[in-house]
Amino acid sequence: MTTPLLDVRNLVKEYRRGGAFARATGVVRAVDDVSFAIEPGEMFGLVGESGSGKTTTGRCVLRLIEPTSGSVRFKDADVLALSSRELRAARRHFQIVFQDPYSSLDPRMRAGAIVEEPLVIHGIGTRAERASRVRELFELVGLERDAAAKYPHEFSGGQRQRIGLARALALEPSFIVADEPVSALDVSVQAQVVNLLLDLQQRLGLTYLFIAHDLRLVQQVCTRVAVMFRGRLVELAPAGALFRDAAHPYTRALLSAVPALTPSAARARVAYDARTFAPLPLREIAAGHWAAV
Amino acid sequence: MLLQISHLRTVFRRPDGRELAAVDDVSFFVRRGETLGLVGESGSGKSVTALSIVRLVAPPGRVASGRVMLEDVDLFSLDERAMQRVRGRRIGFVFQEPMVALDPVYTIGQQIAETLRVHGLARGAAARTRAIELLDAVRVPDPARRADEYPHQLSGGLRQRAMIALALCAEPTLLIADEPTTALDVTVQAEILDLLCDMRRTFNLSLLLITHDLGVVSEMADRVAVMYAGRIAEIGPVRQVIDAPWHPYTRALLASVPGVHAGARLQTIPGQVPSIADRPAGCAFAPRCPDRFAACDALSPAVIVDDGHEVSCFLHQERRA
Repeated sequence: MTTPLLDVRNLVKEYRRGGAFARATGVVRAVDDVSFAIEPGEMFGLVGESGSGKTTTGRCVLRLIEPTSGSVRFKDADVLALSSRELRAARRHFQIVFQDPYSSLDPRMRAGAIVEEPLVIHGIGTRAERASRVRELFELVGLERDAAAKYPHEFSGGQRQRIGLARALALEPSFIVADEPVSALDVSVQAQVVNLLLDLQQRLGLTYLFIAHDLRLVQQVCTRVAVMFRGRLVELAPAGALFRDAAHPYTRALLSAVPALTPSAARARVAYDARTFAPLPLREIAAGHWAAV
Repeated sequence: MLLQISHLRTVFRRPDGRELAAVDDVSFFVRRGETLGLVGESGSGKSVTALSIVRLVAPPGRVASGRVMLEDVDLFSLDERAMQRVRGRRIGFVFQEPMVALDPVYTIGQQIAETLRVHGLARGAAARTRAIELLDAVRVPDPARRADEYPHQLSGGLRQRAMIALALCAEPTLLIADEPTTALDVTVQAEILDLLCDMRRTFNLSLLLITHDLGVVSEMADRVAVMYAGRIAEIGPVRQVIDAPWHPYTRALLASVPGVHAGARLQTIPGQVPSIADRPAGCAFAPRCPDRFAACDALSPAVIVDDGHEVSCFLHQERRA
């Protein structure tokens, strides 16, 4: 096995419940002892329902949210030990693409300026060099050259997601957290953006943490998939194995809930009783297939 | 026939005075007890179609022409008072986001009781009892306690159940559900879809289910109508349309669903949905269609009907014979 690009160990994020006015107080573990490693060039899927902790995990990995404990290694760097100055420099190498292309782009900035901004912040290139890099990036994500002069509201959802992607790629990162990058898009537009992510993976050697709730999509595009429930990983396996031989009862319930294009009489919905949930550690039940059972 | 929509055309007036058709010459029917799935991508006109049926299109939009018959009642000929009685009493509505439809300052129980009172079905203590029964019917746990809660106190799934109870309290014959599960997690979606199936049986409802999710349609609908750029591209029995689609758009849309094709890449449809302001003169799908020929750019194809399956495409001209 090669050295992982990203190695997350025993990640924990706790939130204090309620504030001064809350009736109940206590500590909620949004992310509870999560460990996984992503190999270079992988499209690693992280799936779960709302409140499962998948988005918090993605943000802790990039230190957009400070984790409570655990370790995150990116290449040779201990991400959680970086000073804020070191972290700023390291951010060149790992970037995030958000779900909502409507709210993640500044409505008052032209698309060209949005994509150029990270270069300006990191003090990269002369004005002319940056302009030429922006042109390259627009081409890379399949946007017309004249798009640079337009404002976000003049684009469709799929095009806005391309702008977000061009901005994330401006600093030539090697790792991207894609947080529900296509959930807000129509199915035919979603297909275009997903194919773009795959193209860029090949052309630029990118590695992704792909956070999603759409199991059909994850099954198709990801190499390996981890399933989260209540802040914990309940299963981690190569995509094919997970969908064929899901071992955790929650994973089975989740898979059975997905509406199928060709409903078969044999496929029955499996319910999961959350009261039976026990925070067990992952164990390897087949080569590369881990489950908390 | 419970609901018959004929040549519906709904237009929106732009600031420059031009009127653009969001729904253009749409015709379909819903049989009693049947589920019709209405699918399409954003901007296809599926939600505007639903709002047109119950005459809730807000200015600058208006229904320009067409007819909607609910059994033997012409809905476009009713005065507003009579139309209000149809809404709720004959046609129930479930929306994607229950927080928009539910009133935040009244409890769930009060809202159901008020609807029952307005329709003259129950009042006072009887209305409250009936509200609790309805919440129980839609499987809200501990319904007597939940009836006294406000919408914000409920989870997304419970809120959607409360809205279904509200939509069904006057026992309508038709339920229009516009993306009822889009905002929900997949396991909660499965529960709500099961609930809609049960309610359909219990109340002998017809269901007009509007969704962008072809999987949902495939599991729920008896027939499906596929909309593209304000028109119906194809309509027919669900297994015929999904398993052997006629219209090139339906085919392309189905192929772009993840999990259909092997390999990591997804099938795409080249180009974009045309905006309402610059729809092509002929078939709206022609510029993106792999099978287009000369006629497609010039003329809008007529509807071809064969054995309960209708398609609006020149490729199927020969079926007319």
